[in-house]
Amino acid sequence: MDLQFLSSTPTDDERAAVDAAVAGQAPSRDLLLPALHAVNDRVGWISQGALNHICRTLEVPPADAYGVASFYSLFSLVERPKRVVHACVDLACKVNGAERLTDALTDAFGPASGKTGDVTWLRSPCLGVCERAPAALVFQAGEPATEQLLAPVASEALVEVATLGPSTVDVPTLVPQQGDGGLRLLKRIGVVDPTSLDDYRATGGYSGLRNALLLGPVGVIREVSDSKLMGRGGAAFPTGRKWDATARQPVRPHYLVCNADESEPGTFKDRVLIEGDPFALVEAMTITAFATGCAKGYLYLRGEYPKALHLLENAIAKARERGFLGENIMGHQGFSFDIEIRRGAGAYICGEETAIFNSIEGFRGEPRSKPPFPVEQGLFGKPTVVNNVETLVNIPLILTEGCEAYARIGTAGSSGSKLFCLSGNVRRPGVYEVPFGATLGELLELAGGVPEGRELRAILLGGAAGGFVRPDELDLKLTMEDARAAGTTLGSGVVLVLDDTADLGGFLLRIAAFFRDESCGQCVPCRIGTVRQEEALHRVVGGKKLSTGGDDLLVLREVGQVMRDSSICGLGQTAWNAIESAIDRLGALEKPLERGKRA
Amino acid sequence: MTAIDIGLPRRLVEFELDGEPVRVPENATILDACTAAGTKIPTLCQGDTLQPANACRVCMVEVEGSRTLVPSCSRKVEPGMVVRTDTERTKTSRKVVLELLASATDLSTTPEVKGWLEETGAEPERFGPPAPPSDDRDHRQPGEHEVPDGMTAATVRQPVKVDNDLYVRDYGKCILCYKCVDACGDQWQNSFAITVAGRGFDARISTEFANPLPESACVYCGNCVEVCPTGALSFKAEHDRRENGTWDEERQTETTTICTFCGVGCNLTLHVQDNEIVKVTSPHDSSVTHGNLCIKGRFGWQHVQNR
Repeated sequence: MDLQFLSSTPTDDERAAVDAAVAGQAPSRDLLLPALHAVNDRVGWISQGALNHICRTLEVPPADAYGVASFYSLFSLVERPKRVVHACVDLACKVNGAERLTDALTDAFGPASGKTGDVTWLRSPCLGVCERAPAALVFQAGEPATEQLLAPVASEALVEVATLGPSTVDVPTLVPQQGDGGLRLLKRIGVVDPTSLDDYRATGGYSGLRNALLLGPVGVIREVSDSKLMGRGGAAFPTGRKWDATARQPVRPHYLVCNADESEPGTFKDRVLIEGDPFALVEAMTITAFATGCAKGYLYLRGEYPKALHLLENAIAKARERGFLGENIMGHQGFSFDIEIRRGAGAYICGEETAIFNSIEGFRGEPRSKPPFPVEQGLFGKPTVVNNVETLVNIPLILTEGCEAYARIGTAGSSGSKLFCLSGNVRRPGVYEVPFGATLGELLELAGGVPEGRELRAILLGGAAGGFVRPDELDLKLTMEDARAAGTTLGSGVVLVLDDTADLGGFLLRIAAFFRDESCGQCVPCRIGTVRQEEALHRVVGGKKLSTGGDDLLVLREVGQVMRDSSICGLGQTAWNAIESAIDRLGALEKPLERGKRA
Repeated sequence: MTAIDIGLPRRLVEFELDGEPVRVPENATILDACTAAGTKIPTLCQGDTLQPANACRVCMVEVEGSRTLVPSCSRKVEPGMVVRTDTERTKTSRKVVLELLASATDLSTTPEVKGWLEETGAEPERFGPPAPPSDDRDHRQPGEHEVPDGMTAATVRQPVKVDNDLYVRDYGKCILCYKCVDACGDQWQNSFAITVAGRGFDARISTEFANPLPESACVYCGNCVEVCPTGALSFKAEHDRRENGTWDEERQTETTTICTFCGVGCNLTLHVQDNEIVKVTSPHDSSVTHGNLCIKGRFGWQHVQNR
């Protein structure tokens, strides 16, 4: 291409960061996101000179690269302090006192998004550590960049770390049920050393892949189809069907994408799985690739998960070293597969199954119009399987115990066990594993219920894109079919508990603000609809009226309906779900909402 | 003898449109079929020389079996499809999408939209009075926004960008249809001077780092202006005349001729008002240009009127 570049030149640091990020690889556009990360990590922001150097190296038009860089919230295109505090203000942290943190940060470092001084801080969407809310992530640019996750954190401690800089403190990843026995997906979490391949193998690791290699691709797909495994990312699509459709595509190559861009507020199960049992995910991806004919897998991990990133890098390197990745895997002639990790850079929408392709390819993370579906034309226009982390870690189980044993767990319509992310006003928050068919009440009991002396007010089920259920609906059986029949969804497994101290109005406003922030902006219903919804919700919650005196509940409903009907992707289509259910199911918003009685 | 390429014969596909059986050539979109059948579907981001962007969502129709409405501009007709363009759902969608656009954007120079707003009963003012213009839209950070009070409706109103002698960029009128970016990029010009930057409501058309156009990769072909559906992009000559009130399309004639600068043979349509060329376009169905020109054909006409 005959491209015109800028006249700006990079500093030595910027040049070194970019060159190291692309070293040994043929220049191509899909290295754009890694190159932007490299500069942002090392220098703390992306200057015109740095962007220009990236563009010359990868032959990307500067305007295009700017469009991509300005899409992601973790990147800065203006100079800012090297130390950045991301204070989570999302749902679970909001319920657990996030405002105290942001007040303390304001007192110490001035308003959010400051550009001067040694420290700046930002309000962050869900950091995915809701079981330890409130949370903050302190980032320090440099070579190497360092990050420290603080959760739960008190105001003074946060200000101290923000002042002194992050250090590496390893907090073990635990699940409350550990030791109860009967855990399947969580059995290794907190028990085995997540850095040790030997530990993994000693606890049954790689027996699934061994069986898969004996069965052959068609046999593996049959096992997965007969297990009735359904996707755990929220859409509940039958995994076997997705695999079969991809495997049958004559076009080559096929790609595998593991969606680990867990960003749904209140969701942290994928992080816990990766941090506690990273080899399971590597094995699962390898089995998937064998069944569907993929030679390359991309693991798209959200940018705010530094610990998961290090553990995965270690797991992939060790698996490669020992012949579990690479060529002729486990001695199986002709089966080659490898995994590349791609870090997200702060965009919820990139968890959408086609936006993730654009993001990996080095374009703006905007969803694509379907059809064509990913199994036909996905990553780089080739047939692609996209599976969520939790879906994938079921695969080695199915291949180890057989589809019949697997399908005996759960219900006829929803097989296996399911992970739920309990957070909010609950005594023992964390990731819980129960067989499909357990009730919401039983799950709540496992987590100890609401704190002493409080009353349950509502539960947000399925995430910000899910819906509320009432305290009198605790006998809801947690299955895909029961949730559907009850007009709600299990979504990504969020169970966010609100008691009588919770500020429901503020909670709903945060949901509306979240979708406005995270809309990619491509289509009108979502881009403008999320703004109008947030504005109308402020009026309704605050008891305000426009001089035109219109019915704001009607505005919410009509805009919500059109977002659901006419948005391109699932973000816009579901952005109104939770607020609608608050109105229809909880009877909220009929009169101005007062803050919770204790808050 | 002139050879005319009529392409390969295309099979006909039969489907149902608003209760009537309709036959269209294979690969036709629902919108193509509607146009052929005389059913008018409003659309803003669809371009006759561009790939569908699927962005404006004005042209949504109902297809039996589909959970959501579908964009008629890009969805291909399939045999046996049952399509409805006139249900309550499609009407509500069209009304609200137009309301949303009109509440956030200055549509005063968008052709036909006034009629559509009236037909659908759109009331953009029900979202509140427009918020004042802002001058920071080029530098907004994704993932954050000021907490609104709900008493005004956020808009994209902002100062007009005039940084060169040929174009004016009035992004307060931009509906983010992607057409200019596609025309500048790999669909036509391959200059890649502009992009969609930012995210969500703060998404905007921008050069790298929002640098002025003369510092960008722009080659002033004007093909972005040619495809802009709202007048957000306009030629400076037209903009100035509109500003001082002397732009009058009723007094203009259009004459199509051949550009004399080189041997390619591009068609030029000269828009003449009061015996002066005021704008140059190119017919979109011209097999030479498909509506595109270069800086010479588009702007190199001043010498004609050096009297």
